[in-house]
Amino acid sequence: MQPDTGKIAPPSDDRRWRLIGASMRRHGYQSHALIEILHTVQEAFGCLDEDSLRYVALSLRVPLSQVYGVATFYQFFTLKPQGKHSCVVCLGTACYIKGGTNIITAIEDKFKLKPGGTTADGQLSLLTARCLGSCGLAPAAVFDGRVVGKLDNAEVLKQLTHLLKPQAAPTEEVPS
Amino acid sequence: MMPEELQEIATIEQVSEQQFQSRIYVCVAAGCLSSQSDQVKEALDKEIARRGLEKWCQVKGVGCMGLCAAGPLVSVNGGEYLYQSATPADALDLVESLNDTPVKRLLCATNIPFFQRQKKIVLENCGKIDPERIEDYIANEGYTALLHALTEMNPSAVIEQVVQSGLRGRGGAGFPTGLKWTTVAKALGGQKYVICNADEGDPGAFMDRSVLESDPHRILEGMAIAAYAIGANQGFIYVRAEYPLAIKRLKIAIRQAERLGLLGSAIFGTRFNFHIDIRLGAGAFVCGEETALIASIEGKRGTPRPRPPYPAEYGLWGLPTLINNVETFANITPIIRKGGAWFAEIGTEKSKGTKVFALAGQINNTGLIEVPMGISLRDIIFEIGGGIPGDHSLKAIQTGGPSGGCIPNSYLDMSVDYDSLAQVGSIMGSGGMIVIDETSSLIDVAKFFIEFCMTESCGKCVPCRVGTKQIYQILTKIADGMAKPDDLTLLEELCELVRNTSLCGLGQSATNPVMSTLRYFREDYLAHIRVDEQESSEVPE
Ligand SMILES: Cc1cc2nc3c(=O)[nH]c(=O)nc-3n(C[C@H](O)[C@H](O)[C@H](O)COP(=O)(O)O)c2cc1C
Ligand code: FES
Repeated sequence: MQPDTGKIAPPSDDRRWRLIGASMRRHGYQSHALIEILHTVQEAFGCLDEDSLRYVALSLRVPLSQVYGVATFYQFFTLKPQGKHSCVVCLGTACYIKGGTNIITAIEDKFKLKPGGTTADGQLSLLTARCLGSCGLAPAAVFDGRVVGKLDNAEVLKQLTHLLKPQAAPTEEVPS
Repeated sequence: MMPEELQEIATIEQVSEQQFQSRIYVCVAAGCLSSQSDQVKEALDKEIARRGLEKWCQVKGVGCMGLCAAGPLVSVNGGEYLYQSATPADALDLVESLNDTPVKRLLCATNIPFFQRQKKIVLENCGKIDPERIEDYIANEGYTALLHALTEMNPSAVIEQVVQSGLRGRGGAGFPTGLKWTTVAKALGGQKYVICNADEGDPGAFMDRSVLESDPHRILEGMAIAAYAIGANQGFIYVRAEYPLAIKRLKIAIRQAERLGLLGSAIFGTRFNFHIDIRLGAGAFVCGEETALIASIEGKRGTPRPRPPYPAEYGLWGLPTLINNVETFANITPIIRKGGAWFAEIGTEKSKGTKVFALAGQINNTGLIEVPMGISLRDIIFEIGGGIPGDHSLKAIQTGGPSGGCIPNSYLDMSVDYDSLAQVGSIMGSGGMIVIDETSSLIDVAKFFIEFCMTESCGKCVPCRVGTKQIYQILTKIADGMAKPDDLTLLEELCELVRNTSLCGLGQSATNPVMSTLRYFREDYLAHIRVDEQESSEVPE
């Protein structure tokens, strides 16, 4: 069966698929737009699950194996759902020299969480990054999209407590 | 757009700027933003509005002013006063001070070497113009180089200026830019591409990011001039997804340039067409390597391929492609505006112009600096950088990131240029400069970089995939005090092997941090080596 490009039905009637459909249309369903489309999917859904990989593969007429290969090659893409909140700790050179690993240890101890993992209640994901480009403020981390520099353990735990407070006011994000 | 319109926009913008008696510039690049400079700007806006001074005082968000560690930075009246660590609560006093004395508690001295020893070419507009307004760029001679190139020079004359300037690629390897352009221009084929490498993979560097966030039009203009010179009509900017603000500002810049007809078809009424698209990286260091980057733009896994053929002949979709770094493109407009000979006056015999460095680590003035090539490391660290904090002493300077090396403090007086750095076993790299004091272990630093290369290895070639892992294991053994003298020999052999047999630059240079620390800090390694009783008579070589 040769599916008609662009006529593939999305996996569900979730409205977010329209965004992805629009993005594919804008790129003319070209196979080289694969990475762009995966970015759009991840932005909309938070991760790339099997359904979405199949849908993108069919729509762009790229073998599923290749879509999977690309999705797993790039560190930025994740196949697992992420927690409600995220904390990305920088482990670039500058932050490493200034003690970024201590921050990880502090979070590990407090939340029983390893980098790449999510707490059992699905509230917090801990991630690491290779340089946020804020090396002048090392060590730095991103709390739900907001970069904070010159951190120490106490400050990190304070930020996280604030993040996880149920009624926490929405934090201003770095414009993206 | 027609040539006269450009001048018109510049004049209108200059006139409207001149109406203001006072100017307050707030840095809104990533560094200061993470210290909430956006709120400072908002507070200033409100305070000005509350007093009804909108016609009298301008509040403008500008790009990076360099001294990121002291942010948020606020500059008043074009640098008359510079304020550091400003908070929204300071807005009242800052506005109050405009016709009175400066706010002493926030003042940041500008007569310090950090500001005075720099030479700004690439960063000339950073901290001066609003990166989200094309008019501001145009009022500062923006797009005049493109106009000049398109209307008064033929493509080979443009290349001639770049050759004459002696500019070398700022992406790491330092390949002569003029030569690269000549090769792509000569390559056969109707369709050619220009790619800007904005992947900035060195984990500890943010030069390209600052340029993109502070002066995005400069990159677009540089790329357009390159496209004209080599005969391309389509360009791509490959940016890391980790730089959302840079991506946002690039998108705004492209849209504005298209609207004014500075990108698109028949630019300045000539027959030259040029479009630029953005492609996002997805967190793979190896994608900074040109052939891997091209694979990634094609939507594939970012694995490199053997060169030759070089992208100049066989690049994107198999067509001739010019690929240059952000900072390389940022140097193009001033070269065209002022001439290659002017540029060649700056720097050393073989390294021309300036270099932007991201100073970080154990140093007082962390931030972004631009210095002429040939300056000494001592001047950078102790004059501009303000030395090492606390009572600590300098142990080593790491340049070039995971592909570079550690330079010991005994080389402080060496000149900073491509060849001198290579001679001491490091590289210029893209401009990361990490200062390490005596509290850090260099074995740990070497281990850090090898671990980085190990995880970032794309896995295509065996020496890099397996070799980096084995080097990592030996280094761990050494760091844990479990290694024997033999391990050191093995480590050196392995480094040689990985260096000589890897497919791409990642593997070939991955061992530089290990080899340079072995070369200069061998005692540190020896101190960790276990010498068992019966072997203790053997002196490790
Ligand atoms: C592993 C590896 C990573 C690289 N990363 C970058 C990078 O992040 N940015 C960059 O401009 N060049 C990077 N390069 C260099 C590019 O391959 C290429 O030489 C450069 O973009 C050419 O531009 P230039 O001539 O303007 O320097 C990297 C090379 C290797 C081998
Ligand atoms: S190393 Fe952490 S922000 Fe650059």
